[in-house]
Amino acid sequence: MKERILEVRGLNVDYGMGPESVRAVRDVDLTLHRGEVLGLAGESGSGKSTLAYGMTRLLPPPGIVAGGEVIYHLDDGTTVDLLRIRDADLRRLRWSEIAIVFQGAINSLNPVQRISTQLVDVLKAHSASTPRARLDRARELLTLVGIASDRLNSYPHQLSGGMRQRVMIAMALALEPRVVIMDEPTTALDVVVQRQILRTLVDLRERLGFSVVFITHDLSLLVEFSDRIAIMYAGQVVEEAASADLYRTPLHPYSDGLLQSFPALKGPKRELSGIAGSPPDLRMMPSGCPFHPRCARAMDVCGQQTPVLGQSRAGRSVACWLHPVSVG
Amino acid sequence: MSYLLKRLGFYLLTVWAAVTINFFVPRMIPGDPVQALITKQRGQMTSEAVRSLYVLFGLDKDESLASQYFSYLGQLLRGDLGMSFTFFPSPVADVIGDGLPWTVGLVGITTVIGFFLGTAAGALVGWRRGTWADSLIPVTTFVSSIPYFWLGLVAIALLTGPGSFFPASGAYEIGLVPNWDWQFIGSTVQHGLLPGLTILVSSVSGWILSMRNMMVTVSSDDYVTVAHAKGLPERRVMLAYAARNALLPNVSGFALALGFIVGGTLLVEIVFSYPGLGLQLFQAVGAKDYPLLQGIFLIITLSVLLANLLADVAYLALDPRTRREG
Repeated sequence: MKERILEVRGLNVDYGMGPESVRAVRDVDLTLHRGEVLGLAGESGSGKSTLAYGMTRLLPPPGIVAGGEVIYHLDDGTTVDLLRIRDADLRRLRWSEIAIVFQGAINSLNPVQRISTQLVDVLKAHSASTPRARLDRARELLTLVGIASDRLNSYPHQLSGGMRQRVMIAMALALEPRVVIMDEPTTALDVVVQRQILRTLVDLRERLGFSVVFITHDLSLLVEFSDRIAIMYAGQVVEEAASADLYRTPLHPYSDGLLQSFPALKGPKRELSGIAGSPPDLRMMPSGCPFHPRCARAMDVCGQQTPVLGQSRAGRSVACWLHPVSVG
Repeated sequence: MSYLLKRLGFYLLTVWAAVTINFFVPRMIPGDPVQALITKQRGQMTSEAVRSLYVLFGLDKDESLASQYFSYLGQLLRGDLGMSFTFFPSPVADVIGDGLPWTVGLVGITTVIGFFLGTAAGALVGWRRGTWADSLIPVTTFVSSIPYFWLGLVAIALLTGPGSFFPASGAYEIGLVPNWDWQFIGSTVQHGLLPGLTILVSSVSGWILSMRNMMVTVSSDDYVTVAHAKGLPERRVMLAYAARNALLPNVSGFALALGFIVGGTLLVEIVFSYPGLGLQLFQAVGAKDYPLLQGIFLIITLSVLLANLLADVAYLALDPRTRREG
């Protein structure tokens, strides 16, 4: 087994407090290993981004982490719980250990400051170096993601969407973090630019060896780029498997539905079926399995009891009554 | 740079339009300043004197409107705004010159202090939203809705009177000769304190409110979340990321407020009998002093335009997105 680097255990995230609150992430367990790309997929509103924000304590109000732990394994072998360490310690850990590439590349950069300022301030906040060295490093980072270093003095509005996302990636790698969380990093970009950026990311990951949590609604991307995939539905992980296994034999009907929602690149043509219906209202979750109202293979038990995520066979976890969990 | 030149051209055009309107409007209102002056002198004027008055006010019947207009422009360029009736025979330029420093000193200083104080407080309150700081909001909303002249009347009623530190009227003690000695400066500060505080209290809450609201909006922007995620010190996130962007709308508001310094606080000057431009404007209206009115309007127009120009320059400096390439 590979070395663990980030473990999420029993994470619950609520929006709002008291009886009006809505649980957007429910009992999520995830493990990220060193050097691995973990994909997190699901429809919009399935809690993917909330999970990412929740585990890094960046959740905007009214989001509240209601329980669980996020264990981070430091280089020296000790562990810290990100949800419980002091603010100052967390701030030191942020970006130097865990960096994030956010969803909206367009709005992730401060519009009134030059790229150089925004690249340099993160270096300044985390390390004692000379201004000269910081500027050199910023230049080096831009070159790393394929941007001419003379764009250093540009303002964000002078760059295209793709370039801005490249800058964000350069910024994320500035302190050589061990974990990079990518929250739909290519969603706002066109397909050609998406490809280029993902290519850059894959190359960089091979060279620098960081682990990635890759969040997207586009399962086809994950199949290609990630080692393992966790499928989320209504705030819960419903299936987790190695990407090849998941692609070949999805166990959960929801995973199967997601895979049926995009055309295969190779092989014979087939009808795209998609998934009927829409995700449940989190304020009125159906009884039993949250997916059963949309599930074509639902049985009686599905409406009555909630399946739990467990190992159904070697290396595969699923929460579905079709695949009873083997105990022990 | 060409953008700024274009703006400058636009402002010059506006100045010309303002000056022209300023010339025509008094000539279109019924009534005649010379007649008003004759009435004031109870008709004891020779016809010779009346004729020379018409010439003096540029209302010479023998001259065409066009030549009146051009001689008016010529006079303006020389800084000659005509003669005031109420302060006859002082030229309007001198009268305004007497009042302007008091207004700019009192209202200008309080406007600037109010802006900086209010913006800083608003940034802080907006940053700490959801804490005790939010309880300040109803208070500032209440205070900002109080008319400042009413606040002034209350202040006079409560704080001034025999034996009080605060004088109820004037800009300095009667009998002092205006010059730069400590006694005079002290007296000026003492007299300016109450009207200044009145303006400050009512203007500062407006800045707090608008800055606080912008701060709350900006704080949920992606780049602020990114700044947090980068592990930057909280001070830097607040100042360089949130406040720096939230400031932009307030800056244009500030420039406009600067423009209204000259004419905007008429009522405070009336309430406190403060010898500024506002009080002069009030007296000029009462006395049908057309040249003085015209002069003060011109000054107000020019200062609003100048403030707008300042706002443009400030925006260019603060928001790179407004700078055109090339």
